[in-house]
Amino acid sequence: MGKSIVITSGKGGVGKTTTTANLGMALAQRGARVALVDADIGLRNLDVLLGLENRIVYDLVDVVEGFCRLRQALIRDKRCENLFLLPAAQTRDKTAVSPDQMRALVAELKESFDVVLIDSPAGIEQGFQNAVAGADEAVVVTTPEVSAVRDADRIIGLLEAQEFHAPRLVINRIRPAMVSRGDMMDINDILEILAIDLVGVVPEDEHIVVSTNRGEPAVLQNSSLAGRAYRNIAARLMGEDVPFLDLQSANGGLLGRLRRIFGG
Amino acid sequence: MFSLLGGLRRRQAGSKDVARERLRVVLMHDRAGANPELLEQVRDALVQSLSPLVDMDRRGIQVDLRRQGQSLALVASIPVRGFKRGAGGRG
Ligand SMILES: Nc1ncnc2c1ncn2[C@@H]1O[C@H](COP(=O)(O)OP(=O)(O)OP(=O)(O)O)[C@@H](O)[C@H]1O
Ligand SMILES: [Mg+2]
Repeated sequence: MGKSIVITSGKGGVGKTTTTANLGMALAQRGARVALVDADIGLRNLDVLLGLENRIVYDLVDVVEGFCRLRQALIRDKRCENLFLLPAAQTRDKTAVSPDQMRALVAELKESFDVVLIDSPAGIEQGFQNAVAGADEAVVVTTPEVSAVRDADRIIGLLEAQEFHAPRLVINRIRPAMVSRGDMMDINDILEILAIDLVGVVPEDEHIVVSTNRGEPAVLQNSSLAGRAYRNIAARLMGEDVPFLDLQSANGGLLGRLRRIFGG
Repeated sequence: MFSLLGGLRRRQAGSKDVARERLRVVLMHDRAGANPELLEQVRDALVQSLSPLVDMDRRGIQVDLRRQGQSLALVASIPVRGFKRGAGGRG
C-alpha cells in the first residue's frame, strides 16, 4: 500500500507542475513505482512537461465516469518504466469530478503504486478540494515573493483545518545572487513566517525552461542544479536525511563548485 | 539632497526587509481574520469595560494585532489620566 502526496500552492504559476514532474521522475528513478495524477482538470499540463502529450487516450474524467478502466488511462513513461501518468481531462472542468470520486481513485492507485503524486490546480476552490481529497500528505510550493508566501499561508491554514498535520514546504525559484544583496527573502525569512517544515529549496534555473521545451524533466540532466535539488527532495520524501544544497556561498557552495565545473 | 540620501539608504537596506515587514503585517490580519471594523469594536468594548475604573484619553487609544513569537497578540495602548476614586485598591 503506497502513500499519496498532493503538490499544492495558493498562488498560481509557482512551480507545482514542474515540481510534480521532477519529483515523479526522481522517485521513479530511485526505484519506486510512481503514479502522477494531473488534477488540474481543464488545464492539463503535466503531460506536456513529461513529454507524454501524444500518448493520451483516456483521462481522469473518463475513469471516474466509467468509460474506461483505471489501468487503460495510465500512460507508462518510456524513459523510466515504473513512472505512470494519469492525465487530466482537457475539455471538461473541475466540477466533472467530486472529492469522493478522487478519494476512491487515489485509494485504488495506492493499491498498486508506492507513491501517488497529485498535481493540484492553483487556488482554494473545488479544484483544490478535489486534489487534496485523496492525499495522505501535502507539499506546499511557494516562491520567495510576498504574494506567493501570503497565499501559501492561506493554503497551509486550509490544509491544517483538513487535518493534514504536517504539510511541508518547497521554496522554488530562489535566486542566490538576489538573496545575497538583500533583494530577495531567504529561506529563514520564509520559514519563520510560515512556521512549517522545509522539504526542499529549488533555485531559479534555465534548465527548467529547456527541459520544459523538450518534455524531459530537469532531474534527467546531471548538470541542472534544480534537477539536483529535486532529486534531494525525492530522497527526503522517502525518509532520507539529505543536507540542503548550499546555494548561497559562492565559492565553497555547490553553486560555486558547479559554476567552476560548468563555467557558468 | 534629502531624496538622494533616502534613495541610497533604501538600496542599502535591500527590498527583502520591506517584503518581510509587509508580509508580517498582511499575514497578521489574514490569520486573525481581523479587519479594521473588528478592531474598532474591540476598542469600544475596552472603553466600555474600563471606563468605570480608569480615566483615559479615549482619542489616544490604539488597538492592534502584533506577532509574538509564533502567535498573535492583541495589543492595546490606553493613555491613562488616572484611576477613578473608589475603584478597588485600599480606598
Ligand atoms: N526553478 C525554476 N526555474 C526557472 N523556471 C521555473 C522554475 N520553476 C518553475 N519555472 C517556470 O515557471 C512557470 C510556471 O511553472 P509551473 O507550470 O510548474 O507552475 P504551476 O504552479 O504548476 O502553475 P499553475 O498554477 O498554472 O498550475 C513555467 O514556465 C516554469 O518553466
Ligand atoms: Mg500547474
